[in-house]
Amino acid sequence: MRGRVGAGRRPPALVVIPAVAAVLLLLVPPVYLVIRSGFGDAWAVLGETETWRTVARTMWLVVGVSVGALVVGGSMAWLVARTDIPLRRVWAVAAVIPLAMPSFVAALALAGATGATGFLSRLSEALGFGRIERMEGYWGATLAIVMSTFPYVYLLTLAALRRIDPSQEEAARSLGRGPVGAFIVASLPQIRRGLAGGALLAGLYAISDFGAVSLMRYTTVTRAIFVRYESGFDRRPAAVLGLLLIAMTIIFLFIEARARGSVHVRSGPGARREPRRIALGRLRVPALIWTSLITAAFVVTPLGVMIYWIARGASNGTLDGMPWSAAITSVALAGSAALLTTLAALPVGVLAHRYRRPWTQGLERSGYAANALPGIVVGLALVFLGARYMPWLYQTFPLLVLAYLIRFFAEALSGVDTALASVNPRTEEAARSLGRSPVRVLGEVTLPQMRPGLVAAVMLVFLSVIKELPATALLLPTGARTLATEVWRKTTVGSYGAAALPALALVIVSLPFIAVAVREHVTEREDALPSAND
Amino acid sequence: LTAHGASDRSQQEGYNLSVPTGAERPRFRRPRILRSLTLLTAVIGLTAVGVGCGGGSGDDADQKIVIYSGREEEIVAPLLTQFTETTGIEVDVRYGKSSELAAQIAEEGANAPADVFFSQDAGALGSVSDQLAAIPQASLDRVEAGFRDPAGKWVGTSGRVRVVAFNPQKYTAEELPDDVLEYAKPEYAKHLGIAPTNASFQAFVTAMRMKHGDATTKKFLQDLKANGAKTFEGNRPIVEAIADGDVDLGLVNHYYLALVKAERPDATVENKFLAAGDPGALVNVAGVGILASGKNTDGAQKFVEFLLSDDGQKFYGTEAEENEYPLVAGIPPQEGLPPLESLTGEAYALGDLGKEEKATLQLITEAGLTS
Repeated sequence: MRGRVGAGRRPPALVVIPAVAAVLLLLVPPVYLVIRSGFGDAWAVLGETETWRTVARTMWLVVGVSVGALVVGGSMAWLVARTDIPLRRVWAVAAVIPLAMPSFVAALALAGATGATGFLSRLSEALGFGRIERMEGYWGATLAIVMSTFPYVYLLTLAALRRIDPSQEEAARSLGRGPVGAFIVASLPQIRRGLAGGALLAGLYAISDFGAVSLMRYTTVTRAIFVRYESGFDRRPAAVLGLLLIAMTIIFLFIEARARGSVHVRSGPGARREPRRIALGRLRVPALIWTSLITAAFVVTPLGVMIYWIARGASNGTLDGMPWSAAITSVALAGSAALLTTLAALPVGVLAHRYRRPWTQGLERSGYAANALPGIVVGLALVFLGARYMPWLYQTFPLLVLAYLIRFFAEALSGVDTALASVNPRTEEAARSLGRSPVRVLGEVTLPQMRPGLVAAVMLVFLSVIKELPATALLLPTGARTLATEVWRKTTVGSYGAAALPALALVIVSLPFIAVAVREHVTEREDALPSAND
Repeated sequence: LTAHGASDRSQQEGYNLSVPTGAERPRFRRPRILRSLTLLTAVIGLTAVGVGCGGGSGDDADQKIVIYSGREEEIVAPLLTQFTETTGIEVDVRYGKSSELAAQIAEEGANAPADVFFSQDAGALGSVSDQLAAIPQASLDRVEAGFRDPAGKWVGTSGRVRVVAFNPQKYTAEELPDDVLEYAKPEYAKHLGIAPTNASFQAFVTAMRMKHGDATTKKFLQDLKANGAKTFEGNRPIVEAIADGDVDLGLVNHYYLALVKAERPDATVENKFLAAGDPGALVNVAGVGILASGKNTDGAQKFVEFLLSDDGQKFYGTEAEENEYPLVAGIPPQEGLPPLESLTGEAYALGDLGKEEKATLQLITEAGLTS
């Protein structure tokens, strides 16, 4: 029984101390916000109608993005994993490429494809459908964020679909259901958690997104914080809104936890079999049209817009050189932040899995609550703290890496969790019984088995860090630049053409990491991924 | 990737209740991963220390200044290069929006690491004037009193004029109104682009409040919203949108026309200068202040001196892609611009624009223009 693992032993200090330190670090931003809000008249901002309108707008965005990402990501995953749709590999690749696309690049591309000179508009006019209005507001923001988040739903659903137990579906079929009906009654409940997990990530992304909502001019709480912050004299209301944002995220996490539903597990003996693919038959053409449309809208369009801008810039001589130094800084920062964050999450995961106590569970849950800390809040907290109390660390790379660690701790922790869940504790017990110390067991038995899961975690954190904007902009050393800040700087001055090159570079630099992450996470070679099978 | 590590665990428990199967083949590897982790940590540590030292500006403080620049890199980079060539002082520049950088300076407080704040507008300078040191009188005297802080904390370095950008295929400059209030009427507003979160727009609204009062200004903003003015994130996107045909009119700064034309020479956009003294023709300045907390005050003073020198000013009159007005007497602006004197019918207290910003933002927000 897993529940007894480590029950009688005291966790080694070598694990406890870093775990507690990491979780304490996560408390820095909320404590800063409470101090900064000053308990005074700044709280009046909560009485303003505009604040609550902003809250309502944020919730609408979360709903729209979650639903959109579920529909797009869920359908792509189902078609790729469970049907005989042609060109499966093409759709499988198309569904993960947008992982490299930050929401502000997606927004930039959407805005550039529509409006009077957008090439989609021109195409539509040529076909006699008239101009497509420039994307903006709610629908623009929703579409842009769906574009950059549906791969999360896709990946989680795909992983869930791959470990589905076909026997239940077969039972449903033997009781007279058609192939689709059987899928709905028997398999959908089994992948419900995958879908909910994906929707959660998409929703969280929408709550904390800064770039896309700014470009689409749709004011959510995150953007309102920034507008308040930069409006000069009174920055306390921004802190109050920051606390409001954290509260909203925690409520959202809570609702999602309740909606997740119960777990279905296969308990019969014998090896798991591959479920049979559903023959689409006459639905093959509509299915192909659907996947083509998604690929065209979410992959071809943004890449096309960037290439078009780069070509235009090259032809009229306004193209800047390749942003090499920014690319190197981006990769170095994201790489060290991803490794350190995963390392920091490791002790928390180990404690929660191997030394089950109320306090270790509480530690892990606090780690997940860090999901509620948007980049802007983390950034502001560390500007305040850094400049005032640690000027020697302020605007250095280590402080920025620390900000990423706080911001993406929850993401790394979930990766560590998945990796740990794939390790059979009996192998550890065997090593213990042969006289190995707990720390040596961790290093020689547990970690090697966790490797694929950990690699996937590092890669995914890397992808998040390289796209991060608000904290990066605030904390980057003066004079340094990353691809994300270059794109943003050029976009905000309206120089879309100049923004295209760093944006494309950001996508290209991320592609190899996506490839590794995806292979480790939902590989076809199932033997390499213990968590994907039993 | 999964956000549900905790529940994956319980699922795993379920699996482990069953008899171990052939598929469950835990593999033992040599603890290579431990060694690679140690190595990686060491590498990261060393890199961090390396870049940390590189990032710090401790190396040669006398010959280097840290600039927080609200001015765009594409615009001022040649000017900064010229400064380094002339004085031998290196610059370390942090680019951003002026308002963001002002907020960052305020948040940094007594340890603000910048030597100089080079701002897009006077308002942002005014908002941090508590943290600024006095500018030497010789530098202040280079520009007219209207273009510098009465308390001597900042000085204007170039001038920009609010204009109405328009599509010449839809309007002529003559038929467009000379009073900005007219543009809130339905026939103009529904074709109009504005940038309510932009500092220049907010400075213009503050000027309107100074001239016409809050009631008129509030009505103007509400009419803009009600009559369908389109909002943009900044001035340049508005000018681009006019060139694209998305809107036909825009309340912007004069120099965006030149910037867009540089990239798109055949763009159909022109500028309409409103009546002198109208808030819609506000002459605002970009300017510079010296941080009291800076480490290289001497270098900062040389920088200010350079910006206001004849060479520094000629940059705006000749090569600057952004064709702002030089502010030092005797240096003419770029071709095609009306003389500055013809636009300053009434001087607005530029330093006060910043102090009024909170109330202005409140009006803009209440009018529903920021959502």
